[in-house]
Amino acid sequence: MKKRLFEPPNSKLQFQVLSTRDIARINDAALEVMEETGVRFPSSKALDVLEEAGCSVDRETMVAKLPSELVIKTMRQAPTRFLLAGRDPKDDLWIDDRTTYLSTDGCAVDVYDLESGELRRSNRQDITDACKIADYLPEISYIWGPPVSAQDIPAHIRPLHEIQAGMEGTTMHIQPETVISEEIARYALEMAAAAAGGRENLRRRPLFSYMQCATDPLGQDGGSLEASMVAAEWGIPTGFMPMPMSCATAPATLAGNLVVTTVDAVSPLVLMQLVNPGTPVYFAAAPTAIDIKTGGYTGGGPEDFLLAAAFSEICHFYQIPLAMGGFATGAKLPDWQAAVDNSFAGLMPVLTNTSIINGAGTLNGSKIFSLQCLIMDAEIFSIIAKTSQGIEVNDDTLAVDLIKKVGPGGNYLADKHTRKYMRDIWQPLVYDRKPYGQWEESGRRGAFEEATDLARWILENHEVEPLEEGLKKEFASIIEKADRELSK
Amino acid sequence: MEKEQLFEEMKTAVLEGEIEEGEALARKALDLGADPLECIEEGFVAGINEVGELYEAGDMFLPELVAAAEVMKEALAVLEPELARTQKSREILGKVLIGSVEHDIHDIGKDIVASMLTASGFEVVNLGIDVPGETFVGKVKELKPDILGMSALLTTTMPEQKNVIEMLKNENLLGGLKVMVGGAPVNKQWADSIGADGFAENAVEAVKVAKNLVK
Repeated sequence: MKKRLFEPPNSKLQFQVLSTRDIARINDAALEVMEETGVRFPSSKALDVLEEAGCSVDRETMVAKLPSELVIKTMRQAPTRFLLAGRDPKDDLWIDDRTTYLSTDGCAVDVYDLESGELRRSNRQDITDACKIADYLPEISYIWGPPVSAQDIPAHIRPLHEIQAGMEGTTMHIQPETVISEEIARYALEMAAAAAGGRENLRRRPLFSYMQCATDPLGQDGGSLEASMVAAEWGIPTGFMPMPMSCATAPATLAGNLVVTTVDAVSPLVLMQLVNPGTPVYFAAAPTAIDIKTGGYTGGGPEDFLLAAAFSEICHFYQIPLAMGGFATGAKLPDWQAAVDNSFAGLMPVLTNTSIINGAGTLNGSKIFSLQCLIMDAEIFSIIAKTSQGIEVNDDTLAVDLIKKVGPGGNYLADKHTRKYMRDIWQPLVYDRKPYGQWEESGRRGAFEEATDLARWILENHEVEPLEEGLKKEFASIIEKADRELSK
Repeated sequence: MEKEQLFEEMKTAVLEGEIEEGEALARKALDLGADPLECIEEGFVAGINEVGELYEAGDMFLPELVAAAEVMKEALAVLEPELARTQKSREILGKVLIGSVEHDIHDIGKDIVASMLTASGFEVVNLGIDVPGETFVGKVKELKPDILGMSALLTTTMPEQKNVIEMLKNENLLGGLKVMVGGAPVNKQWADSIGADGFAENAVEAVKVAKNLVK
């Protein structure tokens, strides 16, 4: 349970990237592409559903052309808000299109070891540790990922262990992005149902939700589609994350990128609504541009920041919540570049009232997880949240009487008005605000060193409600069954 | 038309990434009875070399490199049959077999590597995506490449790179064959631990590594 207080941002600031007309043009373009060129759905199950609903389907290329009326009609059936439940109801999140929640980032393959500082491959224990730190931080609202890949577990049952490892570290909601086949999706939902106390309880209180990756441009992955069709069938929230990279998997122009992003985020949700009308779905996206020098993923930069804000505005048009990739800096260490990237990447979604930002804690373009980075990202988000509250102007906050009373040359330090409002002033967790001399004496300790100490303290002292023994046994038998069936 | 002018136009087509133009120039050269080997070396390769220099100097970027490679590839498709007919051969740096491992459907990074290798003077056979280990082994036996390149974008498919290397080892196919691995989760430590000979983080680096491996 979280001990510190934090109000997730619901930005009061005025900010706009696209005009209403721009949004309409991008959306019209996306509808045109879906209808005339179509999207690749490499799953015969998915194509069956789409064909039945009136899409023209080419079984050879596995491309379905989605009529605009169908897209608009099905998207209207999607709920505008839904619940992501925590194992502890205090961690429940109502996802709407106003409040912005920050999750962890997902699926890093390396970690900076907290004790040695060395880079090493990630394992199952790293998931529990990352989740425990996230559980302590009120700025982090749920677990996306898993934060790192459990590479010490055989690949065919890895996603199930990753979910359990997450639950051992937190009572918050868990949203895996590694459940990418129908079989594994069914086992994962069996685990979720066991934790929720049955399938019906799970539908009412989804402890897990699914996130899939799109295969840009204009495509999806077959296994991921079928995994999420199971989620839709169970009424569990699901979304698909396109990541079009301008110049490579999207046009170089940002407007063109937004068309591809829209097509790849919307089209799978049409399928989900056809599978189960009214099932909770969300948009997801992490549009970006390649490093034109190397073709590599950048993890930040002005294109990402603009695309994030613009796509959020497009999603408001549909009134469906958006999970935006952010805090995915390409910096190798939590340094100046990481802070620049993550500040902008966090600010833009908040200013445009994006529902979710995925997520905190990684470096090197989501490939390295750092517990210190997780804490420092939470701090960046806390600064953004405070900034987005704006400035309240009323008689009491204008304080004219007080200003007159104190007059020229006085001070406000001990006044009642000061004591009433001073706690509204942002307080840091790891920011360095020491005087120079003390900083020097401390051995030049800054935010990173503070975050290291805090991470150690949390791992030692923060208590997370453990999984019940009975549930652990149920998990063990589900995983054992999956191991038998899937290793064949 | 002067030969020199034709070569100059070929070079320009490469520099400007004009695929159809390059192909048309190759055909025109053959119609005029030009030596296909000379066209490749004096025209297209000269263009590729200049693109390489401009890239190194920071005046050209990857999309331009890929476009230049595409021009080269299409021109070669026109010129090579004629070259074979005259029983001449161009100098190639080596033969590369490349593919994304089984269950991995990601092709863009691997395709960029393939076209950059082609443009740099390698003969490249691209096996595509989701390539089973048996196919890699069978093709190695059949084509006897100098380099095998395997791409994996997922931590779940990455172990397949190791499996294929072991299969090759079991069949005694690693003598004379260099193995290169790449993909987002792949790093130097992984490449070393599975006994790969080369690893690169992007396409430009991959060409450098491949050139070193065939030295």
